Amino acid sequence: MSEIPLQHWVVLSGLLFALGLFCVVTRRNAIGILMGIELVLNSANVNYVAFARYGGGGYDGQVFAIFVIALAAAEAAIGLAIVLGIYQQFETIDVEATDRLRR
Amino acid sequence: MSAPTPASWPLLALVPLAPLAGAAVLGLGGAAIQKRLGKGAVGAIACATVGVSFLVAVAGFVKLLGMAPEARLVGAHLFPWIDVGTLRVDAAFLLDPLSAVMILVVTGIGGLIHVYATGYMHDDEAFWRFFAYLNLFTFAMLTLVLGDSLLLMFVGWEGVGFCSWGLIGFWHKEVANGRAGNKAFIVNRVGDFGFVLGMFLLFWSLDARGHGTLDFVELRRHAHLLEGGTFWGWPIATLVTLLLFVGATGKSAQIPLYVWLPDAMAGPTPVSALIHAATMVTAGVYMIARLNFLYAMAPATLAVVAVVGAATALLAATIALAQNDIKRVLAYSTVSQLGYMFLAMGVGAYAAGIFHLMTHAFFKACLFLGSGSVIHAMGGEQDMRKMGGLWSRLPATSKTFLVSTLAIAGIPPLAGFFSKDEILLQTYLARPALWTIGLAVAGLTAFYMFRQFFMTFAGECRADHHTQAHLHESPSSMTVPLWILATGAVLAGFLWIPRASLFDAWLAPVTAAHGHGGHHEHPPWGLELGLMGGSVLAAAAGILLAWAMYARRAIRPEAFSEALGGLPYRAVLNKWWVDELYELVFVGGLLALCRAAAWFDLHVIDGVVNGAAAVTRGVSRLAGLFDNHVVDGAVNGVAAVTQFTGRRFRNFQSGAITWYVYVILLGVVGSVLLYRSLAVAS
Repeated sequence: MSEIPLQHWVVLSGLLFALGLFCVVTRRNAIGILMGIELVLNSANVNYVAFARYGGGGYDGQVFAIFVIALAAAEAAIGLAIVLGIYQQFETIDVEATDRLRR
Repeated sequence: MSAPTPASWPLLALVPLAPLAGAAVLGLGGAAIQKRLGKGAVGAIACATVGVSFLVAVAGFVKLLGMAPEARLVGAHLFPWIDVGTLRVDAAFLLDPLSAVMILVVTGIGGLIHVYATGYMHDDEAFWRFFAYLNLFTFAMLTLVLGDSLLLMFVGWEGVGFCSWGLIGFWHKEVANGRAGNKAFIVNRVGDFGFVLGMFLLFWSLDARGHGTLDFVELRRHAHLLEGGTFWGWPIATLVTLLLFVGATGKSAQIPLYVWLPDAMAGPTPVSALIHAATMVTAGVYMIARLNFLYAMAPATLAVVAVVGAATALLAATIALAQNDIKRVLAYSTVSQLGYMFLAMGVGAYAAGIFHLMTHAFFKACLFLGSGSVIHAMGGEQDMRKMGGLWSRLPATSKTFLVSTLAIAGIPPLAGFFSKDEILLQTYLARPALWTIGLAVAGLTAFYMFRQFFMTFAGECRADHHTQAHLHESPSSMTVPLWILATGAVLAGFLWIPRASLFDAWLAPVTAAHGHGGHHEHPPWGLELGLMGGSVLAAAAGILLAWAMYARRAIRPEAFSEALGGLPYRAVLNKWWVDELYELVFVGGLLALCRAAAWFDLHVIDGVVNGAAAVTRGVSRLAGLFDNHVVDGAVNGVAAVTQFTGRRFRNFQSGAITWYVYVILLGVVGSVLLYRSLAVAS
């Protein structure tokens, strides 16, 4: 059976990254932004694994992907805590409204 | 002149240090002692310390007696005090025949007065403070007398001045008492200034001649170096002795600095007796006797001393004629008697002067304590016009008072007769003109003393009934000292018999420097007896007149003053207006000087200051303009540019995360594109 070529994975990763970035840029909801970041991180994971499979660098890529997942989990926990803090402070999680430092 | 080296006798230090210990204990813990153990303990401590001093003084006297006359010199060296350059002063005491007499007087009579004061001050709250001062005074006086150098003498000199101030103003709740204390202190300071200058000049001149010293033994050895030396055209010896004499006029209440002594009577009576009659005021006399070898080199000074002494004796005696305050009469009498002593010093009769000092200490202390007893009995009354008829009411006081009055009047064979007569004799031999003054003063003394005696003790009692009902003789703690002092006033004179030999010979090692003073060639008996007769006659005339005027009332005292137009009477009543003159000249002069200084300050100095201020203000205004427009302009310009730039850039920081992400994205894409284009180009 013919393998899926590397290019497909890279394109998939690029699409995921673009979607994640789009999500980060356009969302006004803080949780939406966090979800966008998750997409960006996962596009990187796809890249890691794909290049590891085709590049012949052993299992380095896979291991890195697991690190990224762990980091993403930690980042999500911290990010959600921050969002909670913002909500308690402003009673909203609209990032456009939390520009107090500017004033 | 060779002087013997003093033999060491450390016990001597106990004489001044025992009262110092008493003063320290009472001064620091007296209040507690008085509270816990009562006033008796305070009095016991005070009297005991002086008693110890007296016993050691007697022992020292006996020790001196056992030595050869020329070698009679013992010392106690405590520690080196000052050692700078050529100046070397030790804390050391020196006992010689002269200081032996002085410490016996100070501790003996001082001790009796301490005992008396335990009775007199018994109702006073600050009992302990009084005795702390009294002990401290005794210490200072003994330091003055025993100090082996001029500087240590000056320490005692200042110490007695301080204690005098504290004791005159002892009842400090009355403002007048505090003023009197200040007056005494300030007038004394004027004299002390002369003393210090004299000391400086003496040391400085001796130092220039290779023997800078203030030690009495050394001074005596090297005093001859000053012979012929001059300072600004003045003989140094004359200048030094005159300056020291200025100090003596302050401490010993001579013209022109006698004005403080009568006011010093504001203190408690034992203080008047101890300080202002028996001991402190004789310091000047003692100082001249101590430095007789210097004074012998300065005949001009001796003349000044003699004239000032005679003038003071006369002036004070005339003032005493019209005083009505029982203590003020005694105060002026003290000034007058001190004048006698200075007269003796001035004619070189040192032994006679010191002898009069000693006899005077007995009868004047007795008189003061007697007057204190009278005041005590009268409930604080001091005006003799409200006394009278106390003879039978106060038997002990009146008898001792009479004895002492006779003694001061110069009635033989009491102590005052011998000492005063010797002074008059020596004066007659040296300066007959001053002898007439001395004789007149003897008559005046007898008159005013008996005027006082008759006004107080004779006739009808003029006090109100309340006071009369409370009349009482003083307790034995007060009358026993009176009896002892009266006995002394009777017996002390016999030391002069036969013909001055005992006392004169005793002091000879001290006073015989340069063959001056000491053993005079005695004049023929006839002259001496004649002079004696003259002075006794003068005294008798004075007593008789006083009796006629104040006891018999045969002559009205006013008759005299009216006959003379009243002016002399008013003059003496107002103390020759000397206080007013001083007020006008010194106080007024000082005030005028101050006013002139104030005017100068206000117009000249303030003008300069204000001018400087105006200039400064003008310069400041210019500097301000520069600052405001140039410096601030630059600063504001920088600020404005910064602000403008900041405003522009501010818009970047929108606070909207999305906007930041856009920018980051833009940046990343831009960077990649730039990299790519560069990579392609290369």
